[in-house]
Amino acid sequence: METKNIMIVGVGGQGTLLTSRVLGGVMLDGGYEVKMSEVHGMAQRGGSVVTFVRYGDEVFEPIVEEGCADLLIAFERLEALRYAHYLKKDGIIIVNDQRMDPMPVVMGAEKYPENIIEELSKEHKVIAVDALSEARELGNTKVFNVVILGVAAKAMEFTKEQWNAVIERVVKPKFVEINKKAFELGFEKAV
Amino acid sequence: MSDTKKIMMLGNEAIARGAYEAGVKVSAAYPGTPSTEISENLVQYGDVLYCEWSPNEKVATEVAIGASMAGVRSMCSMKHVGVNVAADPLFTVSYIGVTGGLVMVAADDPGMYSSQNEQDTRMVARAAHVPVLEPSDSQEAKDFVKAAYEISEKYDTPVIVRTTTRLAHSQGMVALEDRTDVPDKTYERDIAKRVMMPAMAKKRHLVVEDREKRLEADACTMPINRVEMRDTKIGIIASGIPYQYVREAVPEASVLKLGMVNPLPRKLIEDFAKKVDKLYIVEELDPLTELQVRSWGIDCIGKEIFTVQGEYSANMIRSAILGQKTDAKSPAQVPNRPPILCPGCPHRSVYTVLNKLKIHAAGDIGCYTLGAVAPLSVIDTTVCMGSSISTLHGMEKAKGKDYIKNWVAVIGDSTFMHTGINSLMNMFYNQSTETVIILDNSTTGMTGHQDHAATGKTLMGEVVPAINISRLCSAIGIKNVTEVDAFDIVSLEKIIKEYVASDDLSVIITKSPCVMLNQRPVTHKCASDPEKCRKCGMCLKPGCPAVTKREDGTIAIDDTLCNGCDLCKSLCKFDAITDVPL
Repeated sequence: METKNIMIVGVGGQGTLLTSRVLGGVMLDGGYEVKMSEVHGMAQRGGSVVTFVRYGDEVFEPIVEEGCADLLIAFERLEALRYAHYLKKDGIIIVNDQRMDPMPVVMGAEKYPENIIEELSKEHKVIAVDALSEARELGNTKVFNVVILGVAAKAMEFTKEQWNAVIERVVKPKFVEINKKAFELGFEKAV
Repeated sequence: MSDTKKIMMLGNEAIARGAYEAGVKVSAAYPGTPSTEISENLVQYGDVLYCEWSPNEKVATEVAIGASMAGVRSMCSMKHVGVNVAADPLFTVSYIGVTGGLVMVAADDPGMYSSQNEQDTRMVARAAHVPVLEPSDSQEAKDFVKAAYEISEKYDTPVIVRTTTRLAHSQGMVALEDRTDVPDKTYERDIAKRVMMPAMAKKRHLVVEDREKRLEADACTMPINRVEMRDTKIGIIASGIPYQYVREAVPEASVLKLGMVNPLPRKLIEDFAKKVDKLYIVEELDPLTELQVRSWGIDCIGKEIFTVQGEYSANMIRSAILGQKTDAKSPAQVPNRPPILCPGCPHRSVYTVLNKLKIHAAGDIGCYTLGAVAPLSVIDTTVCMGSSISTLHGMEKAKGKDYIKNWVAVIGDSTFMHTGINSLMNMFYNQSTETVIILDNSTTGMTGHQDHAATGKTLMGEVVPAINISRLCSAIGIKNVTEVDAFDIVSLEKIIKEYVASDDLSVIITKSPCVMLNQRPVTHKCASDPEKCRKCGMCLKPGCPAVTKREDGTIAIDDTLCNGCDLCKSLCKFDAITDVPL
């Protein structure tokens, strides 16, 4: 199989690491070679963060190159726009329809771009989900990332059971149930 | 029985596993991105090995040297700039050699994800005459640590395993093996070998030179240096993560993959160069391999087409070697999202007061370096660990105390214990009149919350007496030492004004645990009442990411980000910010 490239982008603190670990776990269970690259340290503190996940028969580099991503999972609209050029022509974007103003915007030095989803939809298949509202209804806004993951999972070849098995393994026992619910919600919602 | 199942491991996790399997018994480190997770993962093997957070990298290296002398396999790990701190023991233990195997893991940071410079540890290692191994994925990270101990003991030398951020923080599949039972070596008194005073060191220098020659010759047959012959039109010498980029970009090219990057296998390189039409050297950062290869009269292409800055990528190598451009679109022009202090961070509170008082700060290394970023813009300078206190002292000695009457030094608790304490002793000894603010958040924050000598807990989880920073400063002899709650901005302003105006050396310790430790209970979130908000912008001054402006100019507070620290509330003069109980 040709190596598949996935990116998870967002704002430091949004839980990209947990999401990538679930993704990696599923691919590993699927019998693929997997490599992932993460961001730790200073850049994590509220900055723009990106995680690369690659899987296939033989994987060399752990990063995804510009113009090569099959799937871009964005936890925030502006971050989707920032990394959209990493996508292949037929690459898919799954975006959490949420706006988080970066400090230059808060201070009025720069403007938050308008109509991001519409602009991205001109060139790519875009699935936008208001995952934060979904998570709020579940009772924990923190699991919005797993709602998004559920949506993204629909665009991949693994079964719901495979995903659930990994969630049980990776997530702290106390939070397994709510994360499984969040995943289910996203998975069923996906088009 | 060996467990041959492959599991996903971070590069740093694999290094820890390698140390475990190699039979390491002692490890010491100071946290530093991208090396921190090595020690954090070693702890799980705490029943068969000892590991600690030392106050700094010099101490950590000396602990490892002592353990090696005592006859066990030992390790120290640090980020690249930590190697500078540890350079003193490193350069001399190179002369002394080892009893039990001794490995230093040095983590470089091309691209500076979390560092103040982009130095190349291979350069330091060459100066110290210490061999360097460089793995290129998680599996090799584990294997090379084990190989490093074999080399260390066979050649009587410390060995550096060099990683980079991309390797340290990438996950790959690793096959686990059992721990090797390595019998302790017997300590035998050998003053000529272990006491480095001139007469003895002169003799040891000869030993070092001879060792390096033997290593250079033997490196030609070491299995970690590997020739992969494919098409001979293009030959590439690469190591570490760049090897992966090369395989991705030019899969048909022949590659000499170096596992040991110092010393270099001369004959192997000469033979490889003869077999290929064009020889490229692909190495991130400094052209160490290239310069050496050129010095042997071998024609090659290197930094004339590759940068000395940042990380490489397959696209970049494809473009440089094959002239192939990608068809990727150019990135959209979007606002930057620089890292910022977390919502509820106690540093923000201190900086808000300093900003109000228009005080400049000599800064230091930690999350709080972000106080340099707008809108706080409090920090004027940051050099290295511990430098805030000593650089401010130097400014006073240069221009007198009036010249810096609006200055303070700011330093975190962990950084203070690292090397700040030395600088403070100097201020007392050489009669500074400055004010030092120790931002005590009870942890090493930026690297992900590691304990230190003033937190009362060790890496292995043992509860121990904590060094009291306030009493430590008093014990030096400093009379004006005050602790204050970091969020009590009224008291904070008062004491800063008083101490800064005073002609005596003074220390303010601002106390409040890092918000990410979850030690300060969140009882409520803040909300803004648009009816009462007068759009004055006071609450925006601290630059909290939870506080933003609505279209109409009134303030909105994001309840998913707010930690209820009340800093914005305490700045609002119109009672427009209220509590929302959880």
